Amino acid sequence: MMKRTILALTFAGLMAAAPAMAQDHGTPQPPRQKWSFSGPFGKFDEAQLQRGFKVYKEVCASCHSMEMVAFRNLAEAGGPGFSEAQVAALAAEYKIKDLDDKGEAIERPGRSADYFPSPFANPKAAAAANGGTMPPDMSTLGKARTYERGFPWFLIDIVTQYQEQAPDYITALMTGYEDAPKDFALPPGGNYNKYFPGHAIAMPKPLSDGQVTYDDGSPQTVEQYAKDISAFLVWAAEPHMLARKRVGFQVMIFLLVLAGLMYFTKKKVWSAVH
Amino acid sequence: MSGHSTYQPQNPVLQWLEKRLPIGGLIHSSFVAYPTPRNLNYWWTFGGILSFMLGVQIITGIVLAMHYTPHVDLAFKSVEGIMRDVNYGWLLRYLHSNGASMFFIAVYIHIFRGMYYGSYKEPREVLWILGVIIYLLMMATGFLGYTLPWGQMSFWGATVITNFFSAFPGIGEPLVTWLWGGYAVGNPTLNRFYSLHYLLPFVIAGVVVLHVWALHVVGQNNPAGIEPKSDKDSVPFTPYATVKDGFMMVCFCLFFAWFAFYIPNYLGHADNYIPANPAVTPAHIVPEWYYLPFYAILRAIPDKLLGVLALFGSIIILAFLPWLDTSKVRSARYRPLYRQFFWVFVVVCVLLGWLGAKPAEGIYTLIAQVLTAYYFAHFIIILPLLGIFEKTKPLPNSISESVLSAKA
Repeated sequence: MMKRTILALTFAGLMAAAPAMAQDHGTPQPPRQKWSFSGPFGKFDEAQLQRGFKVYKEVCASCHSMEMVAFRNLAEAGGPGFSEAQVAALAAEYKIKDLDDKGEAIERPGRSADYFPSPFANPKAAAAANGGTMPPDMSTLGKARTYERGFPWFLIDIVTQYQEQAPDYITALMTGYEDAPKDFALPPGGNYNKYFPGHAIAMPKPLSDGQVTYDDGSPQTVEQYAKDISAFLVWAAEPHMLARKRVGFQVMIFLLVLAGLMYFTKKKVWSAVH
Repeated sequence: MSGHSTYQPQNPVLQWLEKRLPIGGLIHSSFVAYPTPRNLNYWWTFGGILSFMLGVQIITGIVLAMHYTPHVDLAFKSVEGIMRDVNYGWLLRYLHSNGASMFFIAVYIHIFRGMYYGSYKEPREVLWILGVIIYLLMMATGFLGYTLPWGQMSFWGATVITNFFSAFPGIGEPLVTWLWGGYAVGNPTLNRFYSLHYLLPFVIAGVVVLHVWALHVVGQNNPAGIEPKSDKDSVPFTPYATVKDGFMMVCFCLFFAWFAFYIPNYLGHADNYIPANPAVTPAHIVPEWYYLPFYAILRAIPDKLLGVLALFGSIIILAFLPWLDTSKVRSARYRPLYRQFFWVFVVVCVLLGWLGAKPAEGIYTLIAQVLTAYYFAHFIIILPLLGIFEKTKPLPNSISESVLSAKA
């Protein structure tokens, strides 16, 4: 008994003390946002995805590629809810590099089946135009960013199904640009961002109030843009999320019923032995 | 083992087959008539769960292989193609990636159950060693599989782990070059990892057959840790064990589904959604969670070669457990001191896992060193001495007596 108590105390002590000693590099945790798509029944807000797409198209796309997303995806179920005609018209606005029947390089108007063309010819050109680092491709960005949750949060997250580290971080990053503190030595070409690990980010502040015009009356602020582009990137990274959660719920119900039946069968079978 | 089967098929076709290939009798004696101790608790259902998980991994894996491209320029995109364009590809991939973790959760429970109830002791040493071999094969398979999406963690994890072998003096460098098929982790590495990732599960399945065979020769251990003496001590596998295993399998599936459908990326690392880039090293290179205790042991030791030897030693030592534990009593139920040391050992393993995810610096390294020392001391000091000095509780006369006394 005594041994177990000592053990429990040591365990609790280690867990509590060690992170406090080794962490705290001065990067604040991104604030938690409310997302329509969080939780087991969460759904994307179509209007938000459409606004986020507008931010992507008018701002992000000038430097960032999104090469694993096709135009047709924008009209698929569980996404921004554009009509097929809208998508076809949108795709036609883009110039796609292709070969004609004689094998000559041509540029033709985009089709729904095409993927979003990249803003630069190749990764080297992208890096050269952006101070030596290629702006990351945006296809999987909505799952490719995170921040340290720490004990005990990483365990609680299993129960609460918190999976929105990436959009929380991206939103914080978009709104985290500020003047560098006086004692901070900002490297050349760097921009100070409160939430970026190390604080010196190569990307200059991409969004400012009123930069993108919204037709649905949503506030045209950096904060709103940041949330909308984050939501859009989550969809771009996980276009089948709604199907996943819907099937998940059906599977859960099925398994719960089956578990109940199995439990009573087991009880009946074993009643003779117990 | 109930000896020669008394199975007598009624169906004339089956009778004809049975005379030529007694496969029905084999199945009947192994999975129907096979006597199981009547006092088995739910911790004994994980063997069945593990067989089920192996099946899930092989089936989802074979279908994923139909859509995957093992090439450094195409692997990441082909995985994203599975996620986006293959019908229910997202489901297959999430079942497979989370299934690997579920497989390890189940195997850890299975191993610790064996340790608690002394299931490795005479006459079950070979059964236990086959289990250690399966566990080693699982670790290799899991590592190879994590490389395939060719994200940042895939690439850098493969680089770090294969670099272990460069620690061996003299042969280290050529050995690593041979493993890589080049002078760095590259396309030949990815190709052979894919080939081996497809091969090893079938090797596992083969060793599982041996494991089950060995089990059916010596019979199952049980919570009382004494052998069945009469018919009253055991019940036939079907329906008793079948329905109990089935119930737990469904419960385990609920747990599995929670991860696969609702938090599918929780057990992975966000960096693996960034395509592999040999020019950019991630801030923290972290292996999959199931290797973390061993990763902590590796990093606890300042010398690279000794660290690698400690890492391998920490797994190999499991194979010697039947002889390191000198106690004649199997079950921790009747070993009051061992029971406490068992739980200390479990906590040490969990803490090592937590340290494996932390940067190897300052206080973390110190704690990892202390816990690594304890990990080995558990096997080479505590267990041999406990068997000599521990005063065990009296064992029940039979399994049915222990069941009845528990009820009273």
